[in-house]
Amino acid sequence: MPINVLIPTPLRPFVGKRNSVELTAPTVGEALRTLTEQFSDLRKHLYTDDGRIRSFVNVYVNDEDIRYLEKESTPLKDGDTISIVPSIAGGR
Amino acid sequence: MPTETKMVEPPLLSKEEVLRYSRHLIMPEVGMEGQLKLKRARVLMIGAGGLGAPLGLYLAAAGVGHLGIVDFDVVDFTNLQRQVTFSTSDVGRPKLAAARERLLAMNPTIDIATYETRLTSQNALELFRGYDLVVDGTDNFPTRYLVNDACVLTGKRNVYGSIFRFEGQVSIFGAPEGPCYRCLYPEPPPPGLVPSCAEGGVLGVLPGIVGSIQAIETIKLILGSGDHLIGRLLLFDALGMRFRELKLKKNPDCPLCGKHPTITKLIDYEEFCGIRGEEAPIPQTQMPEITPRELKQRLDRGDDLFILDVREPHEYQICNLNGYLLPLGDLPRRVNELDSSREIVAHCRSGKRSADAVEFLRKAGFRKIWNLKGGILAWADDVDPAMPKY
Repeated sequence: MPINVLIPTPLRPFVGKRNSVELTAPTVGEALRTLTEQFSDLRKHLYTDDGRIRSFVNVYVNDEDIRYLEKESTPLKDGDTISIVPSIAGGR
Repeated sequence: MPTETKMVEPPLLSKEEVLRYSRHLIMPEVGMEGQLKLKRARVLMIGAGGLGAPLGLYLAAAGVGHLGIVDFDVVDFTNLQRQVTFSTSDVGRPKLAAARERLLAMNPTIDIATYETRLTSQNALELFRGYDLVVDGTDNFPTRYLVNDACVLTGKRNVYGSIFRFEGQVSIFGAPEGPCYRCLYPEPPPPGLVPSCAEGGVLGVLPGIVGSIQAIETIKLILGSGDHLIGRLLLFDALGMRFRELKLKKNPDCPLCGKHPTITKLIDYEEFCGIRGEEAPIPQTQMPEITPRELKQRLDRGDDLFILDVREPHEYQICNLNGYLLPLGDLPRRVNELDSSREIVAHCRSGKRSADAVEFLRKAGFRKIWNLKGGILAWADDVDPAMPKY
């Protein structure tokens, strides 16, 4: 299923400065794995050492948080958008 | 403990106030009733910087009757690129004094209370209890978690905004039916992973947009009108000029605001965030360092030192020590370009990124490596005053 992964500013340096990556995957987990295989520097920012998505990074399919869908097993359909939303703190 | 007495209702608006707020009063969404709500409202702003500047200006302009502002910082020259409450002549003054003056100049009819102190676990609860709403315009993770927790524990809504380079986020946390910050981010990122504005940079006008959106949401909450951002995360991408929205749900297992809360009081937030939530001092132990003066002496003596510059190309263009440019982010991939048999001095702007580089290289087996203490900024201070600082 061709889908789009939106890359937030803090992670753009690790994907060659792109703001989105198109790829094909059946589930969110597969999409993120494909993404980190293509851009290995991204891996440590998205995953802990034991392979779980970091808790200060949230992943959405369209506008829904995957934690309230099927987490990494959430299925994807054509044209879906995955958003990676890390916590940012800047205010000054 | 006496119960709080109900505040005496202020009189209806004076003639001057009716004229001042006429553009509000002629709108049914505000009207006299709404303007009086604004006049009675008590809003606490945490931070008088990039976000706090437009926020304070618009809340004062709107006639929010009681503003409290918390900030312990002093106006810095580099703030003027974005903190629009300040003038060049304010550099060196406490931010609160300058902000208070500016806001009262615009609207002398409101009350402004200033709290020139760091917000801590010791003072937050007491402070928040005196206000209806809190607006988070801070710049570091420990304070954001502190503000969130104190809001939930005192039952105050938290109008949250944050920025990074060209992106911003806005939402409202702490409403009884809505999520809190911990529902979204149960844990902070490890220290040093997300740079502050000083390290990462920020488009000056970005906090202007995000802070203004926070002001709009604050006013809507006071008026009780419109669709607010409770349960919604507004994302703004200034470069792409896109607004997006994601749904935020209250986490039933949230340790703070969920069904079975385990956090019932404020904690040590520095520890929670691994100490380095903001800009932290480099640990003095074990970091091999060389001062700019020492480096100059060694170079003048003809020592064969390899200067490694771990900044970004655009920084190299501002000023440089003729070093070998290898941005920190590229170091893991390009480490084989470096010769571990040579003596290497790593530098960046202020000494933090280069400290990370030194640590990385030591782990990779480099033994003759030093961090330039204070970075190129310290070089400009101590060795070459003609060098521009940034």
